Amino acid sequence: MSSIPDELSYTKEHEWVAGLDDGLTVTVGVTAFAAEQLGDVVYVQVPEVGSTVAAGDAVGEVESTKSVSDIFAPVGGEIVETNAAVVDDPSLVNSDPYGEGWLFRVRIEEEPDDLLSAAEYGALTAAES
Amino acid sequence: MSRSTPLRGVHESLGATLTDFAGWQMPLRYGSESAEHNAVRTAAGLFDLSHMGEIFVTGPQAGEALDHALVGHLSALTPGRARYTMIVDEEGGILDDLIVYRLGDEEFMVVANASNYAAVAGELAARSGAYDARVEDRSDAYALVAVQGPRSAEILGSLTDADLDGLKYYAILPATVAGAQALIARTGYTGEDGFELFVRNDDAVPLWNALSDAGSELGLVPAGLSARDTLRLEAGMPLYGNELGAGTTPFDAGLGRVVRFDKPGDFVGRAALAQAAESEPARRLVGLVARGRRVPRHGYPVTRDGEVVGEVTSGAPSQSLGKPVAIAYVAADAADAGGLTVDIRGSQEPVDIVDLPFYRRTK
Repeated sequence: MSSIPDELSYTKEHEWVAGLDDGLTVTVGVTAFAAEQLGDVVYVQVPEVGSTVAAGDAVGEVESTKSVSDIFAPVGGEIVETNAAVVDDPSLVNSDPYGEGWLFRVRIEEEPDDLLSAAEYGALTAAES
Repeated sequence: MSRSTPLRGVHESLGATLTDFAGWQMPLRYGSESAEHNAVRTAAGLFDLSHMGEIFVTGPQAGEALDHALVGHLSALTPGRARYTMIVDEEGGILDDLIVYRLGDEEFMVVANASNYAAVAGELAARSGAYDARVEDRSDAYALVAVQGPRSAEILGSLTDADLDGLKYYAILPATVAGAQALIARTGYTGEDGFELFVRNDDAVPLWNALSDAGSELGLVPAGLSARDTLRLEAGMPLYGNELGAGTTPFDAGLGRVVRFDKPGDFVGRAALAQAAESEPARRLVGLVARGRRVPRHGYPVTRDGEVVGEVTSGAPSQSLGKPVAIAYVAADAADAGGLTVDIRGSQEPVDIVDLPFYRRTK
């Protein structure tokens, strides 16, 4: 069973969102479940800093040996920072998905109402695995 | 309903991610597929290939029957040796690629792909009607375990008295391995030295465990289909359903050398293949290396100046090259001209044509 930290929010597309409480900027990554499903991640494409995204937009991709998945923006707003380390070393998505494997930060302009709690996301992954 | 090999319980206990492959539940990977790939390149990997088919052709005219049914000259094969060959239809389209082992003067074992072996067995039986030969599909009785990689001779050697030094590449011999009766073949699909062990289903689990124990100190790890696919791709080996299919002839695939027009007698597909051999193929199977980091994958269009000039048949990130690699069918004139790109989800990514294989082991 892959870990699902309680303090994070989640999307149905297997992203996690941190820092929602302060209402300013959030950090986004892919979940441990998604990383396990993908296998070894070999390439990460992150959105451009300064670009504005709407919740649900495809803003990047995560590519593994066997497959490629889009990354969707879980919230709307401006991309204020991306993780250069994970672009250089995509295996961080596998080794530390909730830490050093983070992907980008968004200054929130539009907060969606359909993010999942850890418990809800746990139920979703239990159904999919 | 998916089928399981005798080793399914072992895979589950090892925590494998299972996947459906040609109707079989097979291990995709046990942990990191990159680590499994690298283990085979540097030490050894253990594979369950029990989904493959074993068809036995026996009798006084078994060799002649195979000469007629397949594109190769199998009656000329020395007992104890093997040959890579193909079965084609009347139009020369590839029905499967095969390894044929000659076990004795009147006994051959044809190893076919999981998705095709039932059809291959049917075709062999139909094509052998005029010969004193018997075709029997024994796939359900046999398991196939492969140990591949530079340490594989050392690992297997600790479990058998068989003369492995004397067993050449593409040769086979019956032997006892860890107490089980086995056929040991020095063949594989990884680009490394290695062995494929055909055993009865009941012997599969004890054999796997014995190999696993014998190899644990030497870097042997279980390896899944994901690693198998990247290993064979780096070695430039074709996969049925990707590079090979009923719409392609051996000449399209650059494998015309397997067609033996010089053998005695007629064979199925001869007329069509003779024509294919004479004509300049409109498309070529080429190796591509991507300049960027995005991976050209199966089915992606190969483009040049915005026009589609081909299609990727297999692609993956290559551990050995550190870059994405692919095999593709490309129009001959476009391949000659160069300047190719692959349409990776809407963006044209530059690629260079390179000679296959991408990876060759140092002997």
